[in-house]
Amino acid sequence: MNIRQKLLLVVAALMLLPLYYIPFWSISMTAPQYPEGIGMYIHINDVRGHNQHDIQSINTLNHYIGMKEIHVDEIPELKIMPYIFAFMIGSLILIALIGNQKLLLGWLILFVILSIAGIVDYYLWGYDYGHNLDPDAPIKVPGMSYQPPLIGTKQLLNIRASSYPTWGSALMVGSFMLSALIYYNNKKKS
Amino acid sequence: MKSIISIKSALIGIGLLTVSLLVLTGCPGQSNLMDTRDAAQKTYVAPGDYDEFYAFLSGGYSGQLSVWGLPSARLFKVIPVFSQDPESGYGYYEESKSMLQTSYGFIPWDDSHHPHLSQTGGIADGRWIFINANNTPRIARIDLETFETVEIIEIPNTGGNHGSSFVTENTEYVVGATRFSIPFDPELDVPIDSYKENFRGALSLIKVDQDTGQMELDFQIVVPPYNYDLARSGKGISSDWYFFTTYNTEEAHTLLEINASRNDKDFVAALNWRKAAEYVREGRAELMSTEYYHNYYDKSQSMAISTVKDEVLVLDPKDAPGILYYLPTPKSPHGVDIDPTGEYIVAGGKLATVIPVHSFSRMLEAIENERFIDEIDGIPVIDYDATIIGEVENPGLGPLHTEFDGKGYAYTSVYISSEIVKWSLETFEVVDRIDAYYSIGHLMIPGGDTVDPYGKYMIGLTKTAKDRYLPVGPKQNHPAQLYDISGDRMQLLLDFPTIGEPHYAQAISAEKVKPNAARIYQLEDNNHPHATKSVSDARVVREGDVVRVYMTNIRSNFRPDNIEGIHVGDTVYFHLTNLEQEWDVVHGFAIKGAQNAEVLLAPGQTKTIKWEPNRPGIYPFYCTAFCSALHQEMQGYVRVSPAGANTPITYRTGTR
Repeated sequence: MNIRQKLLLVVAALMLLPLYYIPFWSISMTAPQYPEGIGMYIHINDVRGHNQHDIQSINTLNHYIGMKEIHVDEIPELKIMPYIFAFMIGSLILIALIGNQKLLLGWLILFVILSIAGIVDYYLWGYDYGHNLDPDAPIKVPGMSYQPPLIGTKQLLNIRASSYPTWGSALMVGSFMLSALIYYNNKKKS
Repeated sequence: MKSIISIKSALIGIGLLTVSLLVLTGCPGQSNLMDTRDAAQKTYVAPGDYDEFYAFLSGGYSGQLSVWGLPSARLFKVIPVFSQDPESGYGYYEESKSMLQTSYGFIPWDDSHHPHLSQTGGIADGRWIFINANNTPRIARIDLETFETVEIIEIPNTGGNHGSSFVTENTEYVVGATRFSIPFDPELDVPIDSYKENFRGALSLIKVDQDTGQMELDFQIVVPPYNYDLARSGKGISSDWYFFTTYNTEEAHTLLEINASRNDKDFVAALNWRKAAEYVREGRAELMSTEYYHNYYDKSQSMAISTVKDEVLVLDPKDAPGILYYLPTPKSPHGVDIDPTGEYIVAGGKLATVIPVHSFSRMLEAIENERFIDEIDGIPVIDYDATIIGEVENPGLGPLHTEFDGKGYAYTSVYISSEIVKWSLETFEVVDRIDAYYSIGHLMIPGGDTVDPYGKYMIGLTKTAKDRYLPVGPKQNHPAQLYDISGDRMQLLLDFPTIGEPHYAQAISAEKVKPNAARIYQLEDNNHPHATKSVSDARVVREGDVVRVYMTNIRSNFRPDNIEGIHVGDTVYFHLTNLEQEWDVVHGFAIKGAQNAEVLLAPGQTKTIKWEPNRPGIYPFYCTAFCSALHQEMQGYVRVSPAGANTPITYRTGTR
């Protein structure tokens, strides 16, 4: 590994830093009564409304169909993820300093495992959120569940819900691609 | 047989004649039809699109202020100001009651006349709008973020605050003027026919805080007992001056229609307010005892708070030379309006045959050269010929008010001949006239009273509808007409009924107001002492004979919604908090047998309604605003037990 590649690895690690401040996913919803739309941004450490009070509005709407309320302090992932990211950033910088190809491969594999785990976890959360409904909910539509789409757009009663990655996800992919490219180049040389 | 043929040929003849007439003259109403299409296009604002201007029309005897869009003439809102409003609960719910307090007690009604937008550099800035109460003299300030009345100040020593609420070029002051001169505090019990000795007029200068908008009665000027009718601040070169019209310089106190119409000329009073304020700072004003209320809406506590003031500074022109001059003006002038440059002072002599135009710079010259013909109570009267610069001939009968288009023309409303005349500020000649439907009072051009008019539209506010719309009985609503004034000729675009009796109106570019309009009241900034900010804090508390219900409102429930242990003889306060933080999600509250009103709560607001049940029973309460899909389920019950029963206070929501 030459000094340029090491520096690029550090860059790849630092590309994950903004994730502490910017969201990596967005769920937006529109309905006839919400011409301006409401929605939430998912961060590694927070869930925030597109507008100041959107989470409250989403909870208010969701209680009619018996969905659980979203309370940021009750989502354990938001507490764990900052540490995972700290580990991934720190370890990649360390790998850059040591310049070890095997460790870099390990980091890449771990990244893939964590990503899959994250997507599965997100899917399961969405499944539970959309299916595990309060039996006393005032509005019950037989056969209807309200799982937001993993990615894409879905009509849920009067609400059109769209779920898409944001710049945060692009940075994650970028960080991974850059690291993988460096690994691949080195492997070719040896 | 013969006769049939001749009838036939006669019919054919008539037919041919009609056709040829049509060919010669064109289809009947064709040009009319084109005008109508043109007018409809100019006022059409497509569904979902926004109007170009906000317009604010005073409510007159409704005491309110209504908000409209121009050019569509769509009504957006009626803002309660001086009158109780059972629709919103304004003046009925506890926090709003102080807003209507005066030294005469709680006044549930007034007559609101002249709205005036706050200005910066002579241009409406969209921060606040002021409006006067004529009957129990007051000025209100409405905040243009929330479109709610946030302040009302009473004006002492005044009878009929008509010449109000006009602001200076930078809203340093808002003004009050007595239409009915009366004795000053405290010597009030005098014979009416001692008018000339004991009655006095007052011009009131109310200072406006530039950050908060809060009003403070800075000082009053004592003037001879005439009727001070309307007022305007100067602008540009004349911005240090206020101008007032007077009538009844005859000092009549009975049968004014005859006795106050004798003099050929009354006066425009010119007041150098900046100089007057300096004299007051120098200590030339006298502190007089009086009583008046100042009511201010405390935003953080979301309630109106009253303070009672007991003195006022009064400046006598005798002790303050050079502040006040009288400009003789024909005849019983009503409006006084200043052109965008600040040079021309146009008076509407309602019994005059011309529209007199005074020149501000000639007035200053005349003062310097002391071209005075008289002096009344220390007020010099300037020679008419020294100030007059033009007399607009043939203005129609009964000219009242004038506004300007910024393109060199003035537009004067003419009451008796029911028309608007357009005249040139260069030649002082009438160049166009158009009918008003019917009997026009004020007219208004957006920005037409400022240094920078938008010479595009004009509204005429007329006094009687007669046959203009589908009839609705002997008393009909007052009309308004919208005109296009962008061309050489005025064009009527719309004729629409209004609310109350709009006297004056104001309009402002939507872009100056729309971005600041609030969407919610922030719950976190709600410091109301009885706010309930979380459903877990909902509760009922007994304090002797007073029961306080701390109740939350959120789609679609009240908490608590079952309340027992209220007794006949208790005074119950429902402290309602709307927990919503979403734009325009409003809840209401009404309970059976309430002797006041319902109350509407904007998102994040806390309001209190008092309830004194007078017989035992089960009382349903419910949400009055269709808030959500389960609005009809948003209800509850209060159990009222007989006086002296020992039902304890209990409350609940749901069974879980």
